[in-house]
Amino acid sequence: MNTDWKLPRRKFALETRATLIQVIREFFLSRNYLEVETPHRIPAPAPEAHIDAFPSGEWFLHTSPEICMKRMLAAGYPKMFQICRSFRQRERGDRHLPEFTLLEWYRAGIDYRGLMEECEDLFLYLLGKMRGGTLLEYRGEKIDLEKPWQRISVRDAFDRFATTPMAASLEKDLFEEIMVRDIEPRLGRGKPTFLYDYPAALGALARTKREDRGLAERFEIYLFGLELANGFSELTDPDDQRRRFEGENLKRRSAGKDVCPMPERFLESLRHLPESAGIALGVDRLAMIFCDALSVDEVVAFTPEEL
Amino acid sequence: MYTASDLRKGLRIMLDDDPFIVIDFQFVKPGKGQSLYRCRLRNLLLGTTVDRTFREVDTFKPAETQEKTMQFLYKEEDHYNFMDTESYEQIHLMEEQIGDAKNFLIENMEVRILLFRERPIDITLPNFVDLIVAEAPPWIKGDTVSGNYKPVILETGYKVAVPPFIEQGEKIRIDTRSGEYLTRVKE
Repeated sequence: MNTDWKLPRRKFALETRATLIQVIREFFLSRNYLEVETPHRIPAPAPEAHIDAFPSGEWFLHTSPEICMKRMLAAGYPKMFQICRSFRQRERGDRHLPEFTLLEWYRAGIDYRGLMEECEDLFLYLLGKMRGGTLLEYRGEKIDLEKPWQRISVRDAFDRFATTPMAASLEKDLFEEIMVRDIEPRLGRGKPTFLYDYPAALGALARTKREDRGLAERFEIYLFGLELANGFSELTDPDDQRRRFEGENLKRRSAGKDVCPMPERFLESLRHLPESAGIALGVDRLAMIFCDALSVDEVVAFTPEEL
Repeated sequence: MYTASDLRKGLRIMLDDDPFIVIDFQFVKPGKGQSLYRCRLRNLLLGTTVDRTFREVDTFKPAETQEKTMQFLYKEEDHYNFMDTESYEQIHLMEEQIGDAKNFLIENMEVRILLFRERPIDITLPNFVDLIVAEAPPWIKGDTVSGNYKPVILETGYKVAVPPFIEQGEKIRIDTRSGEYLTRVKE
């Protein structure tokens, strides 16, 4: 059955997407970032409770380029970015594709707060080049990208928008449900939002705060209620990282999932990882906003169902 | 047994001992958290809808239903009459049980009727049906920008977007699951 007649209808979206990716590249090159390519097929992805890699022979398709890029960071590449396909099993919805495009970048010498500022600059640059101005419009709603964006901690967001506080939500295993139902729809309205300081249990590769070990220096960016990026201050302690991975694997085991092999070389390299921050941004979702599309399906040439 | 990742629009599952059909479905996964499957389901016996959020670990029994091939006879006020093609027995479904299928039903069409403990509760159309275009704006010759499409009205009253070359009186094939145009049918 021929479904390819839908393809020409996506032409505008695919052209917009292509321009967007060029402009992203321009931004990072102008800031002297090195564009890198790391292998998509790796022996051991980072063990995480809720992210499932596709097996590829004896190895796996990466779920993000994090492991390899951090090894490079540890080996003396202080500013890097990559735009690449990443793969996660069973993630399919209006905002999810099992094969999707990530923009991931790392920078030595800054923490997650410094990274937030760079995010503000990136979005302003993108909008400036794509359309001009500081007002971004999506589905009839406008938000102002002018700095500074709204910053709200996860704990405050729970207090403000939900009836159950953050700690109790975690205990009752309702964190995600409350996040999706009560909090996310209210973020990134009028201004983009940084939601920051996640419970440490939800940031397996993020550094915890010196003043509160129960919190990780991790943030998410929201525009129009839509989650676009996840960044954090990098955890640089190999022993702590190993314990956290083991914790993630325990959660996997109790959920009946396969346990992930330990990325030993990655753990070894953490000994040399400088103070740094890194972030992954969903390019499909960003393209969705710039194309005024309702679903990521509209901004890719083929969805898995169309293959 | 189904798992949460099998959930999709149109799936029929047992929930609290009643048969339900998934009518709306959204996959969400906030941050690096667990996957949630937000569903709107219709109780196939009562016609009522409920919103439920499921998790990856949830499993479901398929709805205990049987299917029979029947022929659509005619519509009468708020219900649709069908005939069992083997026993010639007639049954009917109410308009709300028919749902979106009414957009594609034409007389004598063979469909699958779903029964739960002998009671007709739902209808499944063939995946592809051929319908005549009742009304179409004219094709502006030279409008060959292939990205364009236009709305037409089918013999059932259903509105659908088609490529510009489709004209009134032509037969086109519709995918009843998505409600989308697939191809022109030449006879």
